[in-house]
Amino acid sequence: MEVVQILVNGLMAGTLLAIPAIGFTAIFAVLRFPNFAVGGLMAIGAYTGLVANTMGGLPLLATLPIAFLVAGLIGVGSDKLMISGLRPSGPLAAAIGTIALGLLLENVLRFIFGNEFRTFNIPPVRDWRFGDLRVPPHQVENAAYAIAIMAALFCFLMFTRSGKMMRAVADNAALAGLKGINATRTTDLATFMGMGLAGVGGVLIGLDVAIDPLIGTRTMLAVFAAAVVGGLGSIPGAVLGAFVIGLGEELALLAVAPTYRTAVGFLAILLILSFRPRGLLGERRY
Amino acid sequence: MENYLIAMTVFAGIYAIMALGMNLIWGLGGMVNLGLAGFYAVGAYTSALVTTRLGLPIYLAVPLAVLVSALVGVVVAVITARLQGDYLAIVTLGLAELVRLTASNEIWLTNGTDGISGVPGPWRGVLSPTAFNSLYLAIVLCIVVILYLLLSRLAASPFGRVLRAIREDEMVAAVAGKSILSFKIRTFAVGCGLVGFAGALFAHYSSYVAPDVFQSIVTIHVILAVAVGGVGNMRGALLGAVIVIALGEATRFLAGSLDFIAPSQAAAVRESLIALFLIVVLNVRKQGLLPEKMPVYLEEKR
Repeated sequence: MEVVQILVNGLMAGTLLAIPAIGFTAIFAVLRFPNFAVGGLMAIGAYTGLVANTMGGLPLLATLPIAFLVAGLIGVGSDKLMISGLRPSGPLAAAIGTIALGLLLENVLRFIFGNEFRTFNIPPVRDWRFGDLRVPPHQVENAAYAIAIMAALFCFLMFTRSGKMMRAVADNAALAGLKGINATRTTDLATFMGMGLAGVGGVLIGLDVAIDPLIGTRTMLAVFAAAVVGGLGSIPGAVLGAFVIGLGEELALLAVAPTYRTAVGFLAILLILSFRPRGLLGERRY
Repeated sequence: MENYLIAMTVFAGIYAIMALGMNLIWGLGGMVNLGLAGFYAVGAYTSALVTTRLGLPIYLAVPLAVLVSALVGVVVAVITARLQGDYLAIVTLGLAELVRLTASNEIWLTNGTDGISGVPGPWRGVLSPTAFNSLYLAIVLCIVVILYLLLSRLAASPFGRVLRAIREDEMVAAVAGKSILSFKIRTFAVGCGLVGFAGALFAHYSSYVAPDVFQSIVTIHVILAVAVGGVGNMRGALLGAVIVIALGEATRFLAGSLDFIAPSQAAAVRESLIALFLIVVLNVRKQGLLPEKMPVYLEEKR
């Protein structure tokens, strides 16, 4: 029975993790550099949701689009202001710049909200029980939101003009340019979407744990691990990778102390890079 | 005041060693190490542990710390060197987290968040505090000068030329018959060893190591030092380290003088300023204050 409980917990954790992992991998797919500011923007999203919920009195569902918008706009604005000028000199400088940007955003939050842990204002509900299996309704609700977001994202990428443009640039930037696709518009859109997703992920993960300025930094390794395991730049890969990491983290609890959850992600990265560098679903090796 | 100035100069020296290591990896090798804080911690903890637990003398502990840090670097490089730099960035970033996690949780070994105190320093008990500080400063400065000379030689040697060739165009270097993998791994290992060296020097100076010391802001500081000084220029790394320490202290006074904000807010202001400064430097002055000297035919291209 314990195993079933672990599987359920792992799957639910994976669904939440998938959202920021998709954001990270989507930005990588289009812009070809790892944007480490996702951690900072997850925190921005989490606090946006928190303020909308506790001060604005909005229900949880309403805070998600607000967090998406705020994180997306801050993400794309800071990118245009601080990072876009670095991209011509190579992915290295841009990646380093995003580390500094993430740190900056975190410290702005720390300045405003302090270091205390905060929680959403949600009435407690008794766990659902199926025999020995315990399932908190909130987690199911969050997982359902995450799945709905993924479905919406899938439709956006498959059926809309902007979604197709993004996939074209990700596939072959030069060819997309020849076809007259505006590179700046597409990269801005990818950053907006990716950072918005990071923000929503921040809210969903913040509901699961408590929120402090380092919430993104603490989760970041798992997010990277999900993206790398699935194949950097592959969106279905990020989802699969998130499930692998989510399950792995729960399974690891059988063997090691809970504080080492983070180590699972790191171990997964090392394993996948040693044996299958393109990731589970990645087509190309970068 | 005197002791304060000496201490700051010692820290500038320790940062200079890290900046030299980072400059080797980033400036010459064109690779990235975003987990400097982790390697710094590995060096500091190794040296602290073998002196306090095993009673090894400092002059054996420090080389051991360098070796262990370099070996960790080899492992990371072997796994990622065949891939694009993005993976190295992700893995090193993760490594720093893992090191801090281990240091905080393996209480039997590292004493957890309480840290290890009583790390011996050379003649610490015998000398007066000022004399100890001055002696340590002299030791650190000697090491910095020697390392600077060695690394400048290395940068000008055939080895350095190959590294720059790999940085500019891996394929061309490979066609010229150079083993890219071996050069990258060796460079990364030496760079990480230097960062570990700095960590060991820190441990024996401050006599205390704890996970809190090795936050990612350390990595930002060193990257800033290299970026300000001039990526690829060893003299730039030294200048950058001095500037970063001065800047860190200046922001401390600045944040301290804002007496209407809480201490945690002051810390936030400091870190924000450092992060912002790095972003500005990267954007505005890409070559740093002392740009790398390039052959004339390449100068025109830049």
